[in-house]
Amino acid sequence: MSAVLPLPTRKDEDFRYSDLAALAGVWPVAREEIHVAAGGSASLSLLPDGGDTVARHLVITLDDGAQFDLRALNAGHAFGRIAVDVRLGRAARFTLGAAQLGHAGETLELVTEVTHAEPDAVSRQVVRSVLGGRATGTYLGRVAVARGAVGSDADQSVRAMLLDRTATANARPELEIYADDVKCAHGCAVGELDPAGLFYLQSRGLPPPLAKRLMLQAFVAEAFVGAADEDALSAAALQALEALL
Amino acid sequence: MLQITDLHATVADKPILKGLSLTINAGEIHAIMGPNGAGKSTLAYTLGGRPGYAVTGGTAELDGQDLLALEPHERAAAGLFLGFQYPVEIPGVSFVQFLRESLNSQRRSRGQEPLSGGEFLKLAREKAGLLKLDMDMLTRPVNVGFSGGEKKRAEMVQMGILDPKFAVLDETDSGLDIDALRICGEGINAIMRKPDKAVLLITHYQRLLDYVKPDFVHVLAGGRIVRTGGPELALQLEEEGYEAVAA
Ligand SMILES: Nc1ncnc2c1ncn2[C@@H]1O[C@H](COP(=O)(O)OP(=O)(O)OP(=O)(O)O)[C@@H](O)[C@H]1O
Ligand SMILES: [Mg+2]
Repeated sequence: MSAVLPLPTRKDEDFRYSDLAALAGVWPVAREEIHVAAGGSASLSLLPDGGDTVARHLVITLDDGAQFDLRALNAGHAFGRIAVDVRLGRAARFTLGAAQLGHAGETLELVTEVTHAEPDAVSRQVVRSVLGGRATGTYLGRVAVARGAVGSDADQSVRAMLLDRTATANARPELEIYADDVKCAHGCAVGELDPAGLFYLQSRGLPPPLAKRLMLQAFVAEAFVGAADEDALSAAALQALEALL
Repeated sequence: MLQITDLHATVADKPILKGLSLTINAGEIHAIMGPNGAGKSTLAYTLGGRPGYAVTGGTAELDGQDLLALEPHERAAAGLFLGFQYPVEIPGVSFVQFLRESLNSQRRSRGQEPLSGGEFLKLAREKAGLLKLDMDMLTRPVNVGFSGGEKKRAEMVQMGILDPKFAVLDETDSGLDIDALRICGEGINAIMRKPDKAVLLITHYQRLLDYVKPDFVHVLAGGRIVRTGGPELALQLEEEGYEAVAA
């Protein structure tokens, strides 16, 4: 009954910056359904598995009052794509903390669609990318607040750090709001390591790679604060960071 | 200890230091005073090797070692400490974490054993105590949310931990309240007033020099040292101003 999905093209907004040749190798991407029943809570961490090409598509449904905490370290893949669709019931809460780390020609992307379907749901997204070489890091994040979903509270904090001029960061948070009395905030910034901070650390005797590592570790850690397995995520992130220095 | 000869440096292609010469011997404390924009911080940053501060002529040696040929972290390992006029905030990186790695990097480059976590904390606690800075503050991110005076005190704690042989302290006294001024002054004496160490204090006021008595006072104006005297020169400057004294 299910027709074979055609491979997306660059005209598809969600695949605008994708590596379509790599995607073809893993297409179609299976939908992984996650359902948290009313009042329940669950969490998931996506850590690098050593695969060269990785594409995931999570479809998360949170019933009334349910909570889900998703953390992802998108690193170590030539092509890494994480797509997440979330539907939030009344007073549900969704947290996403993700880091994308690339230093060569990687294409790393995170595509989220968070729908506040009922009133009083909360969504929090923190995305930190560190990109060097010719790596591309993309965040496409749509937040939709349905008609009647009053009291919705959505926040997207998206920051990318470019280590080389040849790296690319694409960040596009998007809001579609069809309800009154909602709180939606998004912040988006692409920058470089603060040279004044780097010099300060170096002036105390830290060699540049160590100084950079400390500052990048702190930057990436913002995506993993409060995670159940914060230590495992941080250790994996540190390992991935070493490749960038 | 420190020998600067005919130093020329530019910032953003603008000549700031224009033939500055200065000799500081071990055991001495020197003060540099001078009008705003004279190039005092430029001298400190140039000695520290800050990117953007380009040396266009002259030399600077620390115990015979060519400072200008070294990377900033190598200058620290060679024994240089820079007390910043405006200490930098670094979110997410704690003082203890970065100072332990800094000290151990310095030690390794000198062929010394790195300190263990326990040894380092003991040292940090001792130096924080000396400067009457709450040890809890050193577990916080570097300078983030510190008041102006707390930042300056934290600079001195760092100097105590790193134990340099030569320190350039850029307006350590600005932002300090009366008690903190005394505590920092006494801290500088305790850490640095030793026969094998030396200090260059950059300051605008006599008040710090009441605690840290300089052997020499220099006036920096227009990118060079235009006058040198003893401690009395600072008092004279305070009385009469730069125009009268250094013209
Ligand atoms: N990034 C920069 N670009 C251009 N000019 C600069 C830059 N940084 C410093 N300068 C200039 O260099 C000159 C010397 O500055 P410096 O900070 O060394 O002065 P200072 O003697 O420390 O002054 P103060 O007493 O106010 O601290 C000033 O004229 C300043 O405007
Ligand atoms: Mg200055």
